[in-house]
Amino acid sequence: MNRKHKEMLYFTAFRACALLVVLALVILVGYMVTGGLGKISLEFLTEMPRRANTEGGILPAIMGTFYLMVIVLVVSVPIGVMSAIYLVEYEQSSWMGRMFKLAVYNLAGVPSIVYGLLGLSIFVGYLGFGFSLISAGLTLSIMTLPLMITASREAISAVPQSVRDASTALGATKWQTIWHHVLPYALPGIFTGIILSVSRAAGETAPLMLTGVAMSLQTLPDSFFDSFMALPYHLFYMATQSSDLLATRPLQYATALVLLLLVLGMNMVAIVMRKRYRDKYKW
Amino acid sequence: MTTAIHAEDLNVYFDKNHALKGVTMDINKNEVTAVIGPSGCGKSTFIRCINRMNDLITNCTVNGKVMVDGTDINDDDVDVVDVRRRIGMVFQKPNPFPKSIYENVAYAPRLHGIVETVDGKVKRRKHTKQELDAIVERSLRRAALWEEVKDRLDKGGMTLSGGQQQRLCIARTLSIDPEIILFDEPCSALDPIATSKIEDLLVDLKKDYTVVIVTHSMQQAARISDRTAFFYMGEMVEMGDTKQIFEKPARELTEQYITGRMG
Ligand SMILES: Nc1ncnc2c1ncn2[C@@H]1O[C@H](COP(=O)(O)OP(=O)(O)OP(=O)(O)O)[C@@H](O)[C@H]1O
Ligand SMILES: [Mg+2]
Repeated sequence: MNRKHKEMLYFTAFRACALLVVLALVILVGYMVTGGLGKISLEFLTEMPRRANTEGGILPAIMGTFYLMVIVLVVSVPIGVMSAIYLVEYEQSSWMGRMFKLAVYNLAGVPSIVYGLLGLSIFVGYLGFGFSLISAGLTLSIMTLPLMITASREAISAVPQSVRDASTALGATKWQTIWHHVLPYALPGIFTGIILSVSRAAGETAPLMLTGVAMSLQTLPDSFFDSFMALPYHLFYMATQSSDLLATRPLQYATALVLLLLVLGMNMVAIVMRKRYRDKYKW
Repeated sequence: MTTAIHAEDLNVYFDKNHALKGVTMDINKNEVTAVIGPSGCGKSTFIRCINRMNDLITNCTVNGKVMVDGTDINDDDVDVVDVRRRIGMVFQKPNPFPKSIYENVAYAPRLHGIVETVDGKVKRRKHTKQELDAIVERSLRRAALWEEVKDRLDKGGMTLSGGQQQRLCIARTLSIDPEIILFDEPCSALDPIATSKIEDLLVDLKKDYTVVIVTHSMQQAARISDRTAFFYMGEMVEMGDTKQIFEKPARELTEQYITGRMG
């Protein structure tokens, strides 16, 4: 085999792997669309579930998952970004910084059910938030923090030192340099972190089961301290607990499709913003 | 000839590495002073003492005095932001911000605002759009870049050529009208034509500013500087009029270096 053929072989292998990923996505979406699209109607999207979730709509689950995503966005993003700034700009090589980094790496590997337990004991029990939207939202926020911190940290470290030097030499303080230069240039990477975190939070089931998700509700939560429904748990419930599993199969596909669209919708916003900032600050 | 900067017994350590050893020298106002010497001899370290950029390096300790206008810039009650506003720096690699040409130059004036005395009270206010426009134009003109970019001020600074980027960085430094400008090998990433433009500019700038330039090019030092300091292994070996340093250096080491006989 000559060199050219070898090149060809590697290229084909790489391409095949990449295509495999695309294929998996296509099959997944294809399944959900063919199985569930027929079930998606205005009623399905805007009404309460009826008869033990076998009929009616999934509005409470949509809203529940949406609220969870918003809580994660509001809690996890600022804390994550600020921790990342602290790590990169203030504790780059100190003992504290190294310990912190180690903690973040380890937190990223903790299974989500363990976060559920943590949420159960801290938010539900100790702080007395009960089985509620806020307990679940805060639990998911803690769970996604490592993702948020890691993505932001990488984005912030990637801003060249020469830019910081330039700003400092013009008489900017450290904070002014961070605010005017480091953060804006790191934004695309931070948006990637947001996409990952929020998607992850939207898809989680296990931690919710310990912190406040309900099987079926006839009302939307009207405060942070109410119990709530969520799309992934709803799916899990219908696929395993429902009285007539086969009858709800199309509903399951439809629910999965809605979940996917919700996550995709949120991600699209972040992707558009990311693109805007990438174009705005061209290296 | 008045003295702009007087460094006295300046010592710099990076952890235990004694990078600058008891440097004492005077830099004259409205002159170009060149700092030459082999790689690693402490040239950058020295000029970074003058605008306190070494503060950013955590394991770096600076001892000694750097007198500018009668005050030691290392004094505790000196505002480091003020030092850097009055003493600008241009770096080896052009480092414009990834923003528009206009924003690159307007950044520092915006940051500092205008300090005015109104009814005996010192007040800080923002620049008006017209004032900023004027500063941007004046700085770009002074950096000999205006004619080349005046029609595309809103284009990214990164879209310029290397030489233009370096002049943009000079314009950015001029935007807050410093008294002293430090250049750390400003031409080492540039081609000969861009280099000669910057050299002309430096000579022109000394009318209004005090210029200190670190350079690896002996020809460059000879061409543009009034006085030259030769550093070797962290010490300042010799300083004098450029002509004297290059024609009849007092020290053997200096002669070896400028004639290229140093190993
Ligand atoms: N950030 C730093 N951390 C540790 N040591 C440093 C640092 N910067 C410089 N040094 C050390 O200080 C000494 C002088 O370095 P400096 O950068 O001032 O040399 P230079 O004369 O500018 O060299 P060059 O011509 O290569 O730029 C060297 O021994 C270098 O290793
Ligand atoms: Mg240097």
